[in-house]
Amino acid sequence: MTFMKKTLASSIAIAAATALVATSAQAEISDGEVRIGYLADMSGTYRDLAGPGGLEALRMAIEDVGGEVAGAPIEVFSADDRNSADVGANTVREWIDTRNVDLVAGLVASSVVIAATRVIAENDGLGIVSGAAASSITDEHCTPNHIHWVYDTYPLANGTARAIVEQGGDSWFMLTADYAFGHALEGDVTSVVEESGGEVIGRVRHPFPTDDFSSYILQAQSSGAGIIGLANAGADTVNAINTASQFGVVEAGQQLAGLLVFLNDVHAMGLETTQGLLLTTGWYWDMDDESREWAERYYERVGRMPTMVQAGIYSSTLHYLNTVDEQGTDDPEIIRAAMAEKPVEDFFSRNGYIREDGRMVHDMYLARVKTPEESSGEWDLYEILATIPAEEAYRPLSESQCHLVQN
Amino acid sequence: MTMIFGVPLAVFMGQLLLGLINGAFYALLSLGLAVIFGLLKIVNFAHGAMYMLGAFATLLGMRYLGINYWAALLLAPLFVGLLGMVIERLLLRRIGHLDHLYGLLLTFGLALIFEGSLVNFFGVSGARYPTPDALQGGYQLGFMFLPIYRAWVLLAALVVCLGTWFIIERTRLGAYLRAGTENPALMQSFGVNVPLLITLTYGFGVALAAFAGVLAAPLYPVSPTMGSNLLIVVFAVVVIGGMGSILGAILTGLGMGLIEGLTKVYYPEAANTVIFLVMILVLMLRPAGLFGKEA
Repeated sequence: MTFMKKTLASSIAIAAATALVATSAQAEISDGEVRIGYLADMSGTYRDLAGPGGLEALRMAIEDVGGEVAGAPIEVFSADDRNSADVGANTVREWIDTRNVDLVAGLVASSVVIAATRVIAENDGLGIVSGAAASSITDEHCTPNHIHWVYDTYPLANGTARAIVEQGGDSWFMLTADYAFGHALEGDVTSVVEESGGEVIGRVRHPFPTDDFSSYILQAQSSGAGIIGLANAGADTVNAINTASQFGVVEAGQQLAGLLVFLNDVHAMGLETTQGLLLTTGWYWDMDDESREWAERYYERVGRMPTMVQAGIYSSTLHYLNTVDEQGTDDPEIIRAAMAEKPVEDFFSRNGYIREDGRMVHDMYLARVKTPEESSGEWDLYEILATIPAEEAYRPLSESQCHLVQN
Repeated sequence: MTMIFGVPLAVFMGQLLLGLINGAFYALLSLGLAVIFGLLKIVNFAHGAMYMLGAFATLLGMRYLGINYWAALLLAPLFVGLLGMVIERLLLRRIGHLDHLYGLLLTFGLALIFEGSLVNFFGVSGARYPTPDALQGGYQLGFMFLPIYRAWVLLAALVVCLGTWFIIERTRLGAYLRAGTENPALMQSFGVNVPLLITLTYGFGVALAAFAGVLAAPLYPVSPTMGSNLLIVVFAVVVIGGMGSILGAILTGLGMGLIEGLTKVYYPEAANTVIFLVMILVLMLRPAGLFGKEA
């Protein structure tokens, strides 16, 4: 009986849906809706750099286009990938198979992203990667079905490591998270350091995630290197920096290089511990009026200042939705091509455009963490030292291993 | 320079000492688990959450009530211990007659609830708790720079561990506890209030976890998830030592800290797995654990 009812109900629903699609003037928007799936670490190490705040930024973008594009409403799904490549890939597969998701957004841990973008490509979907760092995502792991938005390990190495070597820090010890992202960052840093005339004299690869860094810090101390490069992220970086401060690393004459440090990390550690740290960032909330204005809106909703990833999620979603609106379709191939045809200029991205390998290149910034005396408030944390122009920041296409690039 | 398997002696010594300090945490936590399992037969999956709550009580106590570190060393375990007693009285007791699995599921659920609610308010980046003034700085030992705070952690953990072992194995109260779990009906007929003893034991076990949490607060960022990673390792330690063995838990905790410390030098990629490898070996060769009574 129940079964009969269910079958009847679903038949009616399907009939109604078919009728809706058939009569809709917007037949080119699949299912009459633009469906966005937001996949991120919602509860673990990377929660605070993207997580629920990123979902809120995505919702802001949807509200800012009026909740619909090309006459079709926008629906959002979200899921916690728990930084597991399996969970991430399966979620994306399910979204595409059963819900016809048009865009997968968020995408934070590099290992999850590499697995998830493969699924997106197999199913001819579209993904915008905002959180992940590995430069390989648009290099050997590139697909025609995803775009990498905010930053990657190449500019991180290029910005921070080059600046430090130029200041005389030429012997490095690498503390590396033992997975795709850490390896990519370690590789990029090593080549930049060596190109600039420095040397990497040792390294240790720690499990991800790690709570206790004392052993690794001790190894870095005894290596005698001038610079300890932290090729890790999130809570791992925070733990490493805190531990280094307990072991008197800086007092003993070594310097730390945080290669991927997010605003929430600096906020969590406090300026006393992090002051003077050099870092490369794709965006900073206090860098100009346009950024401040958006950040204030975000702050009112979330109660924290946005990280570059959260701002990038807004920026990329807006670019996507505007493109869908202009094209009147959510067909992934058409949209991917149309997104690349116009420049990306908004509060987040300057001189931005999407290359054929899927990399959205834009200006990056070299920043220094302020001292407690310089800071005027809870979130007044960075001073922007220099702009790294889009063309110089990212790995040039001539060095690309991406199969979409004709070399 | 003297080398040990390709590592300078100084680095080797430093790693041993750090391993011992981490081992002290494992010992404190696995001791609490062993006490609870040994006397109540509850597999307490909420133990990591209790450790985390100890650290949070320390942090929030300082922020909102002005309680300093030294007072927190006493008050946080007391608070978490009371919470534990309420949990035992209201929830665990009701399923005491069922299979161990029910207790495991119940405590696991509780841990998820504690963690989830705190993530909601505090996120996962964690907050920093300042090292108390009296324990700032460090000793230059020649082979390494030892922060005073870490030396204190080792000392405090060892004193508490040995104190607990002494109470349970060498005092009249401990004898009641052990007898009460062997044969509750007989003990009750002697006029001993066994249910109360059990409530107190659970409270004491989780208070040990909270004490470890207070010790951890200045070392690691205080975050809602700080307990969950540690808990799995600590369970492995308990399995290696033998479920329910008090001294076994302490010695295995310290020993596993050392093994893990050495792995971090020779093959850091395996640092998170080495304890589980040892666990597999022990389960194959001595299923009751190194210090467990053969079942």
